[in-house]
Amino acid sequence: MYSKTKHRLIKDKAILWGICILATLTAVPLFAILGEVFINGYVQLSWSFFTEPTPTAYKTMQAIENGERIPGGIANGIIGTILILNMAMIVAIPIGILCGIFLSENSKNRFAKIISYLTDLLQGTPSVIVGIVTYIWIVVPMKGYSAIAGSIALFIMMLPLIIRSTEETLKILPTSLKEAGLALGGNRVRVMLKVQLPAAFGGVFTGILLAISRVIGETAPLMFTALGCSFIRWSINKPISAVPLLIWEFFNDPYLQDMIWGASLFLLLFVLTLNVLSKYLKRKWNQ
Amino acid sequence: MNDKIYKIILFIATLVIPIICGGILYALVTDAYEAFEYFGFFKFLTSSEWRYTEGAEQYGALPFILGTLLTTFLALLFCIPFSLPVALFVGEYFKDTKIANFLSTVTDLLAGIPSIIYGLWGFYTLRPIIMSLNISPQGSGILTASLVLAIMIVPYAASLSAEFIKMVPNDLKESAYSLGATKYEVIKKIVFPVAGSGIFSSYVLAIGRALGETMTVTMLIGNTNNIPNSITSTGNSMASIIANQFGEADDLKLSSLIAIGLILFIITAIINMIGKIMIKHARIS
Repeated sequence: MYSKTKHRLIKDKAILWGICILATLTAVPLFAILGEVFINGYVQLSWSFFTEPTPTAYKTMQAIENGERIPGGIANGIIGTILILNMAMIVAIPIGILCGIFLSENSKNRFAKIISYLTDLLQGTPSVIVGIVTYIWIVVPMKGYSAIAGSIALFIMMLPLIIRSTEETLKILPTSLKEAGLALGGNRVRVMLKVQLPAAFGGVFTGILLAISRVIGETAPLMFTALGCSFIRWSINKPISAVPLLIWEFFNDPYLQDMIWGASLFLLLFVLTLNVLSKYLKRKWNQ
Repeated sequence: MNDKIYKIILFIATLVIPIICGGILYALVTDAYEAFEYFGFFKFLTSSEWRYTEGAEQYGALPFILGTLLTTFLALLFCIPFSLPVALFVGEYFKDTKIANFLSTVTDLLAGIPSIIYGLWGFYTLRPIIMSLNISPQGSGILTASLVLAIMIVPYAASLSAEFIKMVPNDLKESAYSLGATKYEVIKKIVFPVAGSGIFSSYVLAIGRALGETMTVTMLIGNTNNIPNSITSTGNSMASIIANQFGEADDLKLSSLIAIGLILFIITAIINMIGKIMIKHARIS
């Protein structure tokens, strides 16, 4: 009897240790990836890395022949990302918030249930398919790759994320808040704009931050829509580059592999900062 | 602005969702039609040829469907022994402690890393390790891709499972403790049976993520258009063949790639729907 109890206790301890070890091992890849990107990327960063566009094939060859450091940077990608992302946000944020409001107010209604399912469907759609579809919708009729097409692809990817976060934040607000507003004689629009949305601001805002961090690193949907471009460009109906597209380009071009880690470090820092910031803000606003 | 206009504005904004979803399906179906008509629907699914010689073009989706299923299955297999301990660590053993918070932040950050950076890490760090262990000569292949894929889906499976493990009622667990059960026995006899369907559904959703993952797989799978004959061989997944060849494709090849996209879309949609429905049931019960 005694030995059986002992056996059970030992087994319990063994499982606990096993779980602790395996859970700790899960954290290893994060630090391995961060470490690799930081160590390799840090040396590649310089001021010109952020102000100059990617070098042309000619300039690269010249630098290699002279044994110099590959000139240039990722400015074209940064500007492209900013442009594409801003266009996507301008459309996705208002529509996403409106859809979220609709879903939170009509959760019982059948139409809203269908919309809710479709939002899940959209959220689960692989990014490469969003790329194909945007290509069929926009690139083919416009007869060319463009920044607009890229931003539409990112818009489709952002929309379900913003809808879900808005809906969930509005749903957990106490109903008494809305009722109090309505009892004071405000109509639904006023109550939404002056009471519910301000109260839900934290959740909606962090949801938007997370949506940005999720789409900013997307490569596949931009490959068939924005395509890429090796100089700085501001026009929205021409092919344009983006930071993840540049990383993909560097990965495929043996001469430009020196720049791969700098670009990755920039992207990773941006994404992780947004992630940490949204987590911090969420915790702060929840108190 | 009165309530009526407000409701109409909300309704119109909401219509964007069915328009996009319908548009995706419509665009994929109309552009995939050519390939299905030329090769026949079932022949396209079961053919393993992928030849683009002019005049005798032959495209079949089987190698890529198998490649996707194999990488996803392996990724799930590698993911379970890590995501389940993380879920138990966060949801049961160290529930609501600082260390659990730290671990869930770490997994959240893992989920935030862009897939192209996972691909780089797999290519420059994991691939040499696989090569030096003599597992495969070229380093890239199904195994390498699914290992990195497993790391990518651990956060999704772990955070959702942890949520269900946390929801197991305390009085159930306490009554087992009062009978003298150890923590492990409580987990085995109480937590898993109660939270089981929720945990299972979190893995279904993780599969949904792994199926469509593009860049990581494209960078690591080796990109050969054959049916993978072992887990170390190279291959292609549905997403990676599209990413690789879509740019230079036209006519029949383009249509075939879009047809593969349609198949991928349908498979992920079905898996995601099953997962979401299961989660709803798990939350209610």
